[in-house]
Amino acid sequence: MAVILKVEGLEVEFSVRGQRLKAIRKASLDLYEKETLAIVGESGSGKSVLIKSLTGMLEENGEITKGSIKFEGMDLATLKKNSQWQGIRGKKIATVFQDPMTALNPMRRVGSQIEEAIQLHSGESRKSARKKAIELMEKVGIEGAASRFSQYPHEFSGGMRQRIVIAIALACQPKVLLCDEPTTALDVRVQAQILDLISGLQEELGLTVIYITHDLGVVASVADRVAIMYAGQIVEYGGVEDIFYRCAHPYTWALLSSLPQLAFGNEGIYAIGGTPPSLYHDIKGDAFAPRNPYALKIDFEEEPPFFKVGDGHYAKTWLMDPRAPKVKRPKALQNLHGRLKEIYP
Amino acid sequence: MKKILLDIKGLEVCLGGKTIVQDINLPIYEGETLSLVGESGSGKSTIGRAILGLNPVSRGEVIFDGKNIENPKTKALKRFVQENIQMIFQDPASSLNERANVDYIISEGITNFKRYKNEAQRKHLVGQALESVGLLAEHGSRYPHEFSGGQRQRIGIARAMIMDPRLIVADEPISALDVSIRAQVLNLLQDFQKTRGLSYLFIAHDLSVVRYISHRIAVIQKGRIVEIAPAETLFNNPLHPYTQSLLSALPIPDPILERKKKRALHPSSQAIPSGTLKEVAPGHFVLRP
Repeated sequence: MAVILKVEGLEVEFSVRGQRLKAIRKASLDLYEKETLAIVGESGSGKSVLIKSLTGMLEENGEITKGSIKFEGMDLATLKKNSQWQGIRGKKIATVFQDPMTALNPMRRVGSQIEEAIQLHSGESRKSARKKAIELMEKVGIEGAASRFSQYPHEFSGGMRQRIVIAIALACQPKVLLCDEPTTALDVRVQAQILDLISGLQEELGLTVIYITHDLGVVASVADRVAIMYAGQIVEYGGVEDIFYRCAHPYTWALLSSLPQLAFGNEGIYAIGGTPPSLYHDIKGDAFAPRNPYALKIDFEEEPPFFKVGDGHYAKTWLMDPRAPKVKRPKALQNLHGRLKEIYP
Repeated sequence: MKKILLDIKGLEVCLGGKTIVQDINLPIYEGETLSLVGESGSGKSTIGRAILGLNPVSRGEVIFDGKNIENPKTKALKRFVQENIQMIFQDPASSLNERANVDYIISEGITNFKRYKNEAQRKHLVGQALESVGLLAEHGSRYPHEFSGGQRQRIGIARAMIMDPRLIVADEPISALDVSIRAQVLNLLQDFQKTRGLSYLFIAHDLSVVRYISHRIAVIQKGRIVEIAPAETLFNNPLHPYTQSLLSALPIPDPILERKKKRALHPSSQAIPSGTLKEVAPGHFVLRP
């Protein structure tokens, strides 16, 4: 499959009260056309920052200090001014944000917010933009679109509001859709509807989608490929089944082990000890080492490279080095599928 | 026979002229975790708050240890509720007083109830409470903003636990937390139950978590309870269509199972569910017309 977007050695820093915070520490990522990639990580792992840097939406105190983002023959990492981003942000790469409450302007009718997005990028007349906006509302599953066109965001439920946000994102027929926790604020049944909607639209419009989420259920439901992030780095990536059934990085092990579905009897739910490292200081060795029960001596001294686990499946851990002692995946994960099959007959 | 600690009988709460919850009948037993599950706006938090006297009760009774505690009017009754029932909130960022240090936040309850003889004993109690949630006694002099989200939630738990309550209403205590921190907080709550035998009313919308911490689960839809069952029974044999659609909407963290799964239709009826709760198997109640 063709690579549509290529991130290489990306580094992002923020200045916070005179200190430098390294939010992304050399992240590389290939995004293939028409795939769904899920980026998984805890808060502070840098997943949102990574996504924001793809559309030049970093906060004022943040900047890309190294690396490149190749997209359609351009390097997005070199774009500085808003005017340079015009033809890309929203038009080719669009974002669906977590909270539909704050992504929409509460003072303006929803229809005109969709209309604006169409007009801004295509310069169409008001009338034809309006027609397109109503079509988009129908496409994202809003019944009676023509009559709801002139309603305000507060007149919509949370799920319907998220549909409007999706309609705005799709207004310019983007190639890449970035979804930043699009269902975290929604109820499960609404979440299911929105996930179905996005995957339906993806097929119909040939979209490439990046999902950011920390919900492993959502990952299993939508992703073709998965990238796991920790402390500003991607530590493992591969096909969705590679990650769930054959994961090799101890952090991925820990994440999957903390699924409540794997809690047995009186043992409680697996908890990852300690806290993520501070990103204000340089990190020596593997960032996960202090919390990693399988850490080797070298983990505290030298940063591991990526090792190949299988086709298209790589993990950044010294455990994969041929010289490392053989460590098996935690027992609970060796038969993850069997265990879950028992619970969800 | 298990002893009922809190009994809710025919509870109805109206706010601003609107009926938010009605006909709620729910006993909570000693030492059990009962989870109240439903979508946003279903009224689950309203019930929790009504138990504590934070929402007015329009009809029905709330009986704690044999005493009626709905709409507590007298000072003595209010203190009775405060001493025995504590609350843990969803958002650890907004439920702690940012201007007070942790020592003050945690000891406010025991100060109000004069649960100590001298300053040394107060310090000792606060230190104990902090240590019981995995923090250090010296953290007492710090302020909430100096802690991470998970640590702040533990401060909230310490504040509740220092009162040695018999019932804790935990309103979405883990939804704002990361996956790995969630486990720490849930395990902590379970340990407290084992050692102190207290009861939890756990309010949540995430069913996958609820399954592993609850003894019983009550499902609420638009202000009415539609099903109550022991946790495993509810998951293995959900009988009300609403429960079925909630469970089938839950994504399974397994790509193969998730691909094969068929979702139950989502009943989109706006009507308040009607009928009466009928016991279809021991301890398993379903709302039937």
